[in-house]
Amino acid sequence: MATHGFAGQETHAHAAPQGFIRKWVFSLDHKIIGLQYYFLALAAVFVGMFLSLLMRIHMIWPTVALPLVGEIKPETYLSLVTMHGTIMVFFVLTTAPQGGFGNYFLPIQIGAPDMAFPVLNMLSFWTTFLGFIVMLAAFFVTGGAPLHGWTGYAPLSALPSAGPGEGLGADLWIISIAIFCIGALMGALNFITTTLDMRAKGMSMMRMPLTCWAWFITAILGLLAFGVLLSGGILLLMDRNLGTSFFVPLVTVNGQLTGHKGGSPLLWQHLFWFFGHPEVYIAILPAMGLCSQLLSVFSRKPIFGYKAMVYAMLSIGFLGFMVWGHHMFMSGMSPYTAFAFSIMTMAIGVPSAIKTFNWLGTLVRGKIRFSSPMLFAIGFVSLFVSGGISGPFLAQPVLDIPLHDTAFVPAHFHLIMGVASIFGIFAATYYWFPKMFGRMMSESLARWHFWFSFIGTYCIFMPMHYLGMAAQPRRYSQFTELQYLAHLIPLNKFITYAAIVTIAGQLIFVANLFWSMFKGKKASDNPWEATTLEWTTATPPPHDNFGGRTPVVHNGPYEYSVPGAPRDFVMQSDPAIKAAH
Amino acid sequence: MGLVLLIIIWLITFVSTYFFIAKTWWLPVGASASAASIDHHFTITYILMGIVFVAAQVGLGFFVWRYRDRGGSSNKAEYSHGNTTLEIIWTVLTAVLFVGLNLMSSSIWASERFRPAEANAVRVEVTGMQFAWYFRYPGPDGKFGATKPELEDASAGGEGALGLDSKDPASKDDVVTGTMVVPVNREIEVILRAHDVIHSFFIPAFRFKQDAVPGLAISMHFTPIQTGDYEIACAELCGLGHYKMHGIVKVVSQEEFDKWLAARQAEKQ
Repeated sequence: MATHGFAGQETHAHAAPQGFIRKWVFSLDHKIIGLQYYFLALAAVFVGMFLSLLMRIHMIWPTVALPLVGEIKPETYLSLVTMHGTIMVFFVLTTAPQGGFGNYFLPIQIGAPDMAFPVLNMLSFWTTFLGFIVMLAAFFVTGGAPLHGWTGYAPLSALPSAGPGEGLGADLWIISIAIFCIGALMGALNFITTTLDMRAKGMSMMRMPLTCWAWFITAILGLLAFGVLLSGGILLLMDRNLGTSFFVPLVTVNGQLTGHKGGSPLLWQHLFWFFGHPEVYIAILPAMGLCSQLLSVFSRKPIFGYKAMVYAMLSIGFLGFMVWGHHMFMSGMSPYTAFAFSIMTMAIGVPSAIKTFNWLGTLVRGKIRFSSPMLFAIGFVSLFVSGGISGPFLAQPVLDIPLHDTAFVPAHFHLIMGVASIFGIFAATYYWFPKMFGRMMSESLARWHFWFSFIGTYCIFMPMHYLGMAAQPRRYSQFTELQYLAHLIPLNKFITYAAIVTIAGQLIFVANLFWSMFKGKKASDNPWEATTLEWTTATPPPHDNFGGRTPVVHNGPYEYSVPGAPRDFVMQSDPAIKAAH
Repeated sequence: MGLVLLIIIWLITFVSTYFFIAKTWWLPVGASASAASIDHHFTITYILMGIVFVAAQVGLGFFVWRYRDRGGSSNKAEYSHGNTTLEIIWTVLTAVLFVGLNLMSSSIWASERFRPAEANAVRVEVTGMQFAWYFRYPGPDGKFGATKPELEDASAGGEGALGLDSKDPASKDDVVTGTMVVPVNREIEVILRAHDVIHSFFIPAFRFKQDAVPGLAISMHFTPIQTGDYEIACAELCGLGHYKMHGIVKVVSQEEFDKWLAARQAEKQ
């Protein structure tokens, strides 16, 4: 694909705004919008984490009244489950890595002055923000937040009479997700166009940092997946409010006919997971890209197998759309299709394994610096392996018989999609904070934060595998009703204690973030001695990113320890190195 | 720092692996004919994945320690962009491992889900509703009587909850219970239904799980091989009482089963 000179980009540049509202609120600057997304995700992650804390406390001290919510009833617990999952998946894991860091650094890393469509960019943020407000509103309406889980399986999610929270709360939940989808679609278009059209001279696709590849592929997944969820959400709203029956067959609730007939509950599951599985990769791909980047930077070594990494991400993105049925092995879907979905799912494990091998290969014969971003990148690799290893269990329909819908599943996806992705967000924060705020974060606080998070999350999620093998179903608020669960209560207690400590440890991060913003050590333009374009510009970058300069790229993104070079890194904009291959 | 990372990563790996190997928490007792083959395949997957897990984590810990920055200019990182031969080797190895595992398990899946229940299997209709399981036996005529949604009365329990149509002659000898009773060493055909939302019929000891979906009648089978009481759980989120939607399956001898069923039918007359 052709790259363009600065002339082609001039139309996208706009004058620096004056005045608080245009500069900080309705900003067109991708950097400000990136920060807005980041702080939205930060607010969301604390809401989501607080909800999980309440869940864990309720599981082991069921009679205790809790702050803000008081007594927890069975339906309150399920509302917490639903809102925790939804907020974390949409407003944290989809928002921070792509909307936050992608927005801020994609244009700079490819040498562009802004995103391709700055107004669209602003709109996509404010749409997402509106979605978050609507989501939170579900807590405060009559009946409270919905109890149908983040997957919103119909008919439970389609029938207001099916439980508390399935009234207005459920409508708001669907509307919020629909709004989020619209924001995500606008964002995806912007990312794709920017990547294809706005690269600086010399920045061929195969010279892009792996972070940019990850954001680009994530955007394509988003474009294809969010539209389907949006349609599904609209159909569900119609079933709930307009008397249609897309997802509801003839059912009775409490012996009362609901007036629906002929719909298919499995249709919702197909639509949801057609989005839901690619969504997993939407959450993890940016972290994969970033950690590839960091392992190279801090090992002072080129990434092992750049092309293999790109092809692996592309195949993950491609295969990611053909595996959704593995969520439905026990659903009543034809058992024959399970074969196909299972084989595709096992196949997607191959590029994931390639990436892991390449990360290890990058470390070998490196010269590793244990700066805080690197600690989280190493943590990411460890968590990715641990979370990934349970995948081949769940991918086999036969093993899904005992494991599906047990604690084994949350153990698997929390490690890989939750915690590993969050480690990516932490790593990105520690890595790019100096560029964004012109100051360094405290390294010693960052290390404490790392140890709390790394050991803590293993203590929370590793034991959940054991619970799942012992057949503890997920989404249970109490383990007293089934006798065979009684012996698992001590292990559940252990998980709750670990969660309390780990969550407390996150306060170190918040303290460090805000303290360093104002009091941190002044950062130089390139504190990590990295090679990509964001480190060639001022700190923080000027409004047009490069201060009127036109970056020209001569080298690949990972030229570290090049023999004969004066320093152990060669910037992408440095004169071309000879031995490059 | 490299050494601390190595110790912590190794420690996490070995402690986790210990609990997996010691089986401190493990699959429930297997009491059905398919439990042995499912558990066997679980163990194979478990050993292979366990080896990959330990190897990758131990390698990661070792590499971060071994290749740490020791300071000084003699300590240089290698300038290498990778190795295509290695890439091909590990791509092929993982592909063989993953696809191979999958193919190994496919015959078990086929016998669980492709093969219909035997003609002489004991038929039980299982209906899930918020938040109870009901079990229906067709009686001597071998036919389930008609049910009508408009006749459903959840508070009546039993036949009333299912909306059994007493006008249908086939329903006269149907037996509806809140506890599932089945004979040992006979194949049981379950026909799964749901009235309101999706439930999932989960008997951990039988390695049996299948969603009960409104609008569908899903036929499955299992063969209990040990007498005793086994717990039934609901495994699909179905509303506020999800966690207490449980039941019991009593596995008894054929004689006891026949006696029990006859007694239930006598009660009806």
